[in-house]
Parts: sequence; C-alpha cells; structure tokens
Amino acid sequence: MKYVDEFRDADLARGLACAIAQAVQPGRRYNLMEFCGGHTHSIARHGVRGLLPPEIELIHGPGCPVCVLPIGRIDQAIALARDHGVLLCTYADLMRVPASNASSLMKARSQGADVRMVYSAIDALKLAQQQPEREVVFLAIGFETTTPPTAAVLRQARTLGLRNFSVLCNHVLTPPAMRGILGPPPGNETSAHLHGFIGPAHVSTVIGSEPYRFCADEYHRPVVITGFEPLDVMQAVLMLVRQLNEGRADIENQFTRSVTPLGNQKAQALMREVFELRDSFEWRGLGSLPHSALKLRPDYAGFDAEQRFAAPYRAVADAKACECGAILRGEKRPQDCRVFGTVCTPENPIGSCMVSSEGACAAHYTYGRFMTAMPTISEMPGATV
Amino acid sequence: MSAVKPGYTRPLDVRHGRIDMSHGSGGRSMVQLIEQIFLSAFDNPALAARDDHAVLATPPELVLGGQLVMATDSHVVSPLFFPGGDIGCLSVHGTVNDVAMAGARPLWLSAGFILEEGFALADLQRIVTSMAHAAAEAGVPIVTGDTKVVQAGKGDGVFINTTGVGVTRPGVHISGSLAQPGDAILVSGTMGDHGVAVMSVREGLSFGTTLLSDTQSLHTLVAAMLDAVPGIHVLRDPTRGGLGATLNEIASQSGVGMRLMESAIPVRGEVRAACELLGLDPLYVANEGKLLAICPADQADALLAAMRAHPQGRDAARIGSVVDDANRFVQMTTVLGGQRMVDWLSGEQLPRIC
Amino acid sequence: MCLAVPARVVECLEGDRALIDLEGVRMDISVELLDDVHPGDYVIVHVGYAIGKLDEQEALATLKAMAAMAQTDAASTTPSGPREGALP
Repeated sequence: MKYVDEFRDADLARGLACAIAQAVQPGRRYNLMEFCGGHTHSIARHGVRGLLPPEIELIHGPGCPVCVLPIGRIDQAIALARDHGVLLCTYADLMRVPASNASSLMKARSQGADVRMVYSAIDALKLAQQQPEREVVFLAIGFETTTPPTAAVLRQARTLGLRNFSVLCNHVLTPPAMRGILGPPPGNETSAHLHGFIGPAHVSTVIGSEPYRFCADEYHRPVVITGFEPLDVMQAVLMLVRQLNEGRADIENQFTRSVTPLGNQKAQALMREVFELRDSFEWRGLGSLPHSALKLRPDYAGFDAEQRFAAPYRAVADAKACECGAILRGEKRPQDCRVFGTVCTPENPIGSCMVSSEGACAAHYTYGRFMTAMPTISEMPGATV
Repeated sequence: MSAVKPGYTRPLDVRHGRIDMSHGSGGRSMVQLIEQIFLSAFDNPALAARDDHAVLATPPELVLGGQLVMATDSHVVSPLFFPGGDIGCLSVHGTVNDVAMAGARPLWLSAGFILEEGFALADLQRIVTSMAHAAAEAGVPIVTGDTKVVQAGKGDGVFINTTGVGVTRPGVHISGSLAQPGDAILVSGTMGDHGVAVMSVREGLSFGTTLLSDTQSLHTLVAAMLDAVPGIHVLRDPTRGGLGATLNEIASQSGVGMRLMESAIPVRGEVRAACELLGLDPLYVANEGKLLAICPADQADALLAAMRAHPQGRDAARIGSVVDDANRFVQMTTVLGGQRMVDWLSGEQLPRIC
Repeated sequence: MCLAVPARVVECLEGDRALIDLEGVRMDISVELLDDVHPGDYVIVHVGYAIGKLDEQEALATLKAMAAMAQTDAASTTPSGPREGALP
C-alpha cells in the first residue's frame, strides 16, 4: 500500500534503531508521551518498543477519546436509548466501555435498547432520513480529527431541515488536554517526569503544528508531530532525543507529508461554524479542564441532544481500585495497577484503559505482557526488554 | 362439473411463497416442502428411502484399522447470502472440513433446518440448491435431515445444523494436542478472505471489493497432504476468530508456544486494505476455505510442496514454528522487525475509529 | 485516536464526494473538508471523510531523511532485528 508499506520497512527500522541507540546518553531517561491512541496502537502492533534502547520510555497519553470519556457520559447515552427510546448511533469503539451498574451500550442493546454501530456520522444521518418517525441520536466522540465530520453532518442536517436528528456531543480538544497533563506552566511535580511529546498525526493534519507552540514556550517541552506509521514514530523518537540532548524545546513536524503549520483551515472553519467551547468538561483521569471540549452553537440548538432530551449528565466516580486516571496522566503504568490482569482484563474490563484497544492497559495486556513475563526473551532475535 | 385429477397436489409457490407453521407440523404441507425443496435437491438413495434415518455401508478403512470421526456445526451466519457463498454451502463445507481436519475422509452429512415463519421459499430453495451443489462437488451426500418451523421473531430466517461422519486412514492420529516444540506451522493460503467478504455486505460497512468468500471443502487437499506426510501432528481450519484465535487454542491444548513471521503470512492486498480501513487485524478475521497444519520440521518442505501442488493450496506458506513456552504465548516478528503478541481476542473483533 | 488511512482518489463524484481506492477496495467518501481534490491525489480517510491530502514530494523527502538518519553500524550494541531470511 502506498504511503504505508514504505513507512514499515524493516531495513530502515533497523537503521533507525541503531541511530537511536547511538544517540541516547547512556543511563539518561527519555520519557516521551505519545499522545495519540493511534500511535499507541501502531507502536504495539509493530513491536516498536522492542527496537528501542532501555533509556527510552514511551508513555501512553490520554489521546484516546474512548479512554477519557467519563462513565457518566456513557450513562447519559444509555439513558437516551433505554429510557427515551431513541435510535442511538455510535462508533463501535464505545460498545463495550463499562458504565454504571455494570452496564454498557452493548448490554443495553442486548436488553432491547436500539443501539446501532455506525462507521460514519453520515450513516446516522441516513437512518434519520429513512426513519422520520424515530428520534435518531448520534453519539459523537473524538478529538479534532473526528470533529469536522460531525460538523459536516450537522450542517447537512440543517440544510435538509431534519427534525428527528440530534447529536450528543462529546468532542474534546488536544492542546487543553496536554495542558491538563502538564499542570499550570511551567509544569508541576506530577508532570516533571514528562520530557517530551510525540504529537498526534491526524489531529495535527486538521489543526496544524502552530497550536502546540505553548508546550515549548510555556513548558519548555519539545513536541515532534509524528506520522502514523512505525518508522515515523522511530524518526520522531530520534528527533526528540536529539532535542533533549541539546537542551532544546522546539515544535518540530515529522509528518510533513500531511501536516502544515496552519492545518486544514476549511475543516477548522466548519468546526467553528457548528461548535463552540464549553466552559468546562470532565475528563476521565484528568478532572475538569477549562475550555477543553465542544458543544453545539445556539443556532444548532435543535440538533443538540442534551437540550432536546431530559437526560442530564451526572458525574460518576471511577471504580476505587481503577488506576485509569493515573495511567492516563502517565504517572503509573498498567502493571502498577492492582487489578490489572487479575480482576480487570479485556474480557472483564473495569476501566476504559482496558476496553479501548489502544488504551494503555489493553495494549499492554495484548501486546506487552509477554515482555515482562518471559525470562527467555533473549532467545528471540531482535528483542529487548 | 370439476373433478380433482388423481394424485394432483398443487405445487409449492416457490417464487412468492413463505414458510408458515404448517410446514413444520408433520402434515401434508410439511411432506410437500420436504419433497419439493429438499429431496429434489439432495437426491440420493438414502434419502429416497424416505425413512427418518439412513442405513450406511461400512467404509473399507474401518476394516483396515481406521477410525470413525464425527463432527457437528450449527450455522447462524448473517447475512445469509454473501459474495462467494451463502449459509447453505457454508454449512456443507464447514462440517466436511471439521471431519477432514481429523485427517478423515468425509462420508456422509445430515442437515437439520430451523425455519422461521415468514421465510421466503425462494431464498430457501436458493440455499438448498447451493447445499446440494456443494455436497455433490465434495462427493459427500446429505443422507438424512430434519425440518422444524418456529414462530416469526424466534429465528433469523434459517438456522442450519450439519453433522458429518468420516473415517481416518489406519495409523493416522491428528489432534490439536500434538504440536511439538520444533514443529513447523503452515497455512494453505491467504488469510481473512471470508470475513472481509461477509463484512462488505453488512449494513453500514459498504465498500466495493471483488473479494469472494473462500468457502470450500478441503478434504482432497488433506488427502494429498497425508499422502506426502502421514505424520502430520495438527490440522485445523481457522474459522471464527481467525488464525490468531486458532493458534492460541492449539498452543493451549498442546502446552506449547509459537513464533510467527508476519511477512510470511499470506494476506491479499484487498483484505489488508479493508482491514486497515476498518481497524481490524487480518489475523483475527474468519476463514472458511483454509487450513493450518503443524508437522515435524524435517517434513515441512515436503508438506509445503504437496500443498502447493494442489489447487486449494497454491498460496500455501510456512509461517512459523512451535517452541517450548510454559506461558503458551503465540508471538510474532512484525514486518518492521519488532516483536508482538498474537493474543486471544476477547469477544468479536469490532471495527474502530480510534 | 484517529484510525485513518491514505487512499488514492479514483473519481470525483457530485455532491463533494469521491471514489477512493485502496488496493482494490473502493469506498465512496466525502471530500467536503478539502478543496481541489483530483483523481490521482492521495487523501487521508477517517470515518468516511477525507481530512487531508498527502504530499508526495514531502513523503519522498521524509523517506530520504530517514535513510540518512539510519545507521548500519555493525559495531552497535543495539540488537538490530531478526537475521535476514531467517525462518522463525
């Protein structure tokens, strides 16, 4: 596949691994947060970690919209389907996320709620057109990559004059989440261990590279905006190592084939046309962050499910033993959580980090747990713990 | 004055007719359904006897020391019709393959149908014709069967159960518990074709592809393989859950680990692309016309050659080895050169946006 | 987040839509988030929408930079991946 296979080349990977090993200062730690769940998945699927020297630690950040969605928001969606009889459309990623009372969207469906999985927001719109007698609600999640498609669909709904379509908006923003992780500038104790960021690929395609400047200016942390493929990640790691060695904190763009300083302005304009900032929004693991999420503008009020239905948001605390919060902030690793792999498994997830396939816990359980379990790992060519 | 012609029965309206409760009640209506839809398609001496059972001849292998093998499968696939196949031929090939994976020659099939009230007779005939064709092609007759009808809403159109009986060659012993450290792991062809073909017609995931399901009966391939390498340890067809799930099952059964090379696993470009678009891993996508084989390492070349010489094994490849591993992990060297686990899946793989 | 794939535009359709091709798999997607999309362009597809275009020159430049950065120093102590052609 073009633009894919070239960026998975094993020879280049070997060479980059070598270069990274040469570049790191022996014994120095380089803690790099990869912010995008897509990166988590790519790293795990291709086994990038094993090609990096032990000085590099890749920390999975909260760039997974499934992982950061609070339980109360899933409850809200379930209530709409179960109690208000709406036809609830959702991306498949959310189906198994545990909600209150041991429920989930999938369980609600099995109990008769009309919950449908869709690939695209436009599918939800089509359902609304096909079934004018039903109320159709689209459960919108995602960062700035996924937001423009929702905006496009809302604009289309308004043009069509649809009366039975609305969106339950949980779109969130990347730069405020990064601030949330780092704390007030120039950073605090809990974020002191974070040295740099592997910036998201497709969010940046939409918003550009400029919005990350605050990381360098206010926090003196380097950011390298990184493409999706494993070689992109490795090149970015090398760029970050070099910056850190030289004491620099710059915003660099590794994903130049797709990201420009200003990004996709047409998409940004559409987002501004349909959405506005919420004063505050609760994030799982990060608490309430100001101006970190979106809601529909007043002239789209008719399409706002939160205004259309009486299904208010009620905050629900995470399960006591669940360490998703600390893991999302990069303070703990999955294996540090008491219930990881015992009570909390992919079959029986307690927290969202285990449900989403790119959540830190699911990724570690599925791809990484053998690295801590296997004493004979050295027998495998190319493996490093 | 009108007279009813002797022996006249009004034929089933296959084009517009639908199943109703009378078709399952044991009366004239049911007999007519069975005769006009099932018996006419599955026509063979056993069925023609019109008993509720089939009396079967002793296969020669049994006398020589071979063993009887039986397997059963229920089919609830949705959609019922997909590119390259349907629930009918799937139910034939699936059970023939289960029997073949024991290293056995499949001899007979039974077919039980649970029909939902309201199911279109045209669809039923299409399915039954497909089954008859598949059975004839495989050379395995459907010798006995059953039909029931359930009320509307209590079935998914049609559920089919097929049970198959076969016989092994003397001396052949194949089981998922027999993989040994050092053994070679081979697959007979490209992975993920069936699952992607089915997904391409499922609601909401419409994408255009020329991909067809790979559903086919593999017993002649198995026979050719056993001719070349009688000492094969394991045979299995990676159906639901795909290669990933199947390898984990075997690793668990045999108490071993496995090491694979991603670059050696054959996957069609279209399958790879569809999986990339939907966020699926081809390792966990279902196959219905492929098998994996585990054999002693020194026989791997001979086995691979025999597979490739057969029309159903042209894309056969060696994909890995069995190793000693108390954890029973299945691990893979990625195309990048890194390492990853190929773990059990929990539940069905769902498309993702993240 | 953001499962997105680079795909080739085969045909521009009316209503701001396009037919894309990825190794023979075809999909009808929206290109309303982009300007100036032509057959032959490569776009990044996410949830049924093209969110960005891929620049071929930049892609080649990136690969070139990677090759330059990559070292083949055999004396390096880093384990460097599986042996060439090694069977598992």
